[in-house]
Amino acid sequence: MNELQFRNPELARALAHQLETLMKEIGREVSVMHVCGSHEQAIAKFGLRSLFPKKLNVIMGPGCPVCVTDVPEVDEGVLLAEQPNVEIATYGDMLKVPGTVRSLADAQAAGAKIHIVYGPSQAVEIARKSDKEIVFFATGFETTAVATAAILIAGPPDNFSILSAHKYIPPVMEIVAEMPDTRIEGFLAAGHAAAITGYGVFEEFVERHAQPVVVAGFEPLDILAGLVELVKLVRDGERKVVNTFPRCVSREGNLAAQEQLWRVFRPCGGRWRGIAHVPNGNLRLRDEFAKWDARKRFTIDLRSLWDFAPPQLANQCICGDIMAGIRNPVDCRLFNKECLPETPVGACMVSNEGTCKIWHLYGGIPDLSEVAS
Amino acid sequence: MCLGVPGKVVEINGSMATVDFWGVRRQVCLDIVDEPVAVGDYILNHVGFAIRRIPSESIGETLAYYETLLAEGDESDPMAADVLGEIEATTA
Amino acid sequence: MSGRILLKQGGGGRAMRRLIEDVFIRDFAAMPFDGVGLSAMDDGACIPFGDEFIVVTTDSHVIHPIFFPGGDIGRISISGTVNDLAMMGATRILGLTCAVILEEGFPIEELEKIQRSMVAACKEAGAVVVTGDTKVMGRGEVDGIVINTTGIGVTKVPIRDNGLRAGDRIIITGTIGDHGLAVMSLRHSLDLEGDLVSDVAPINSLVAAIVDGAPGAITAMKDPTRGGLASALHEMAAKSHVGVVLEERKVPVTDAARAAGEVLGIDPLHVANEGKAVLGVRAEDAERVLAIIRKHERGHDAAIIGTVTNERPGSIILDTGFGRRLLAEPDGEPLPRIC
Repeated sequence: MNELQFRNPELARALAHQLETLMKEIGREVSVMHVCGSHEQAIAKFGLRSLFPKKLNVIMGPGCPVCVTDVPEVDEGVLLAEQPNVEIATYGDMLKVPGTVRSLADAQAAGAKIHIVYGPSQAVEIARKSDKEIVFFATGFETTAVATAAILIAGPPDNFSILSAHKYIPPVMEIVAEMPDTRIEGFLAAGHAAAITGYGVFEEFVERHAQPVVVAGFEPLDILAGLVELVKLVRDGERKVVNTFPRCVSREGNLAAQEQLWRVFRPCGGRWRGIAHVPNGNLRLRDEFAKWDARKRFTIDLRSLWDFAPPQLANQCICGDIMAGIRNPVDCRLFNKECLPETPVGACMVSNEGTCKIWHLYGGIPDLSEVAS
Repeated sequence: MCLGVPGKVVEINGSMATVDFWGVRRQVCLDIVDEPVAVGDYILNHVGFAIRRIPSESIGETLAYYETLLAEGDESDPMAADVLGEIEATTA
Repeated sequence: MSGRILLKQGGGGRAMRRLIEDVFIRDFAAMPFDGVGLSAMDDGACIPFGDEFIVVTTDSHVIHPIFFPGGDIGRISISGTVNDLAMMGATRILGLTCAVILEEGFPIEELEKIQRSMVAACKEAGAVVVTGDTKVMGRGEVDGIVINTTGIGVTKVPIRDNGLRAGDRIIITGTIGDHGLAVMSLRHSLDLEGDLVSDVAPINSLVAAIVDGAPGAITAMKDPTRGGLASALHEMAAKSHVGVVLEERKVPVTDAARAAGEVLGIDPLHVANEGKAVLGVRAEDAERVLAIIRKHERGHDAAIIGTVTNERPGSIILDTGFGRRLLAEPDGEPLPRIC
């Protein structure tokens, strides 16, 4: 493979060893949070969790945009998919996420046409070749939203529209940092999002909060190195932003992309699955782009679903507390009963790296080192 | 939505680039990357768009940075010393 | 069961297994039968006949796109069935059937191309199609073409998929992920150019070489088709009541498949293979069997990739080279993942 894959296992073990040494110096439990889907995937895929020191809790935060897409937003997608003459284009990860009554996969089973796409350009291509209404279910954080913005600025065909469920990360970090009993002592920030926004956005954050922020890349070595820096900052009580991902992240970020992003989208408050209200956490289309806003083009009546809604399990979900390190999955009334990987209620069970999914799979915090081979 | 993959530009056609990812190629749009991109450059691809140009000198810089992290560890750490030796050998 | 069939229930993973168990097996398994039958859910059935077993298997092929790099629906319909028989130990094929359902409007030129592929695959396997059926449905009532093939073989000693014991080594006969990733890149129009080629091929002669060269050495065997190596290992581990430690770095993967997997966000371990077998052998036989496989033209990339353990029965523990994690049982069709 090429040199851009920082995956040397010896180096990884050395960095993990460093983490152990630092944690011994600190001498107590430390909880830090990562808020990036790529971090989640890398930790899961490479089994990095088994390398972390026992007293270092690396908690999955709301970094998986699919997992935090709230039930009403999924419902909007499902209802649109079920309208005659409308077809939905979506990322593969969204297919199975449950809404109030159905997921997109369920809608597909009942006859709705769903296109799985790799990116928004593909959705536009489908619209160009089709005489149906093609709605792109736009999920993802700011990294992905810039792509959606780009295709809107380029002027898509008239039968194309966007259902925006895009989200913006910095506001949710604020919420977690400000939760009264939060145990989170530091953040590992999203490398790709920071490639767009720059790490400057975090400087103001660390001034107002007690937690340092380290921007880390997406390879196993990047994550371990990022954690080493973060734990050092926690050890020294320093409130700083450290960028360990200079090959992709600068202080200002990608200004051209930012300009496009904010030209097309405006931030507004909304619910994230399992975390309740996040001020400025959602991205919606500005009025200038109303022409392509599916919410304006179609009538979506969510009330039609309420008659069939099962008991409001979402109200009992404690994902927010779990992410903040305050509670454990076993504290949740729904864990392993109504809330399972096949029937997830909160984000922590949807995501592969979600604390609840991990506890469900491993029966607790995973430790596979004892299995002889 | 966060899956960002680095690749090498092998051909450019207007605002579209053919990018090589470890032997597999894909079309990537250059509309949102904020620097001029040339054949031979590395870019970070996300959902079919290049979001950053990765300067090739930054790869060596990253490896050097890992080095300093390990060096700042316990001076008498034999494991770190071993690994540093290995890194020096491969980057020589 | 209520509700409707979901696509994932055809994907070869947990969802499909549940569907089969709940809807089909429940009643058929209650009917008297001597031999390896439906409830075993093995690659084929073994019907006692004198001092031997007649081995039967059937498969319907609905793959799209019909033509893909390395093969087509014709080649896969012969190879798939031949390989299922081989997985049960029946490497000599007595005969194949072929039933075709065609959609009105299907180009005859394509049908002839598919036919030629089937003939070529039959010759490679030493098998022949002896009977068949042809149906045509109206435009839109079926998607292009559906081919069902049934195979009949014979063996004195059936090979099962549930005989793993702690200490056994796991061998894969070649690179994984080739077929599924080649097809997926076409199917999702993902514009991946590169050397992704399906591995679809009959491997009955490879199995025969192992059985002849090391009789009794195979403790369990399956072909990792839908659901990939992950699915096959889960089945074998669950049925054998053992765990498996799989060394990810030892699993052979072509550069092209690895790259495609990275870009699409799909793990080659979850992706279908159509020309490979995964087998368990007692530790003392492992090197000898590996040598036999590597000599065969379809086994040059074979490798020992794991070890069977008594701990965590039913689980596959993946040693990634960095750390360890549980390899999840795939739950249906892998989709290009973004996050």
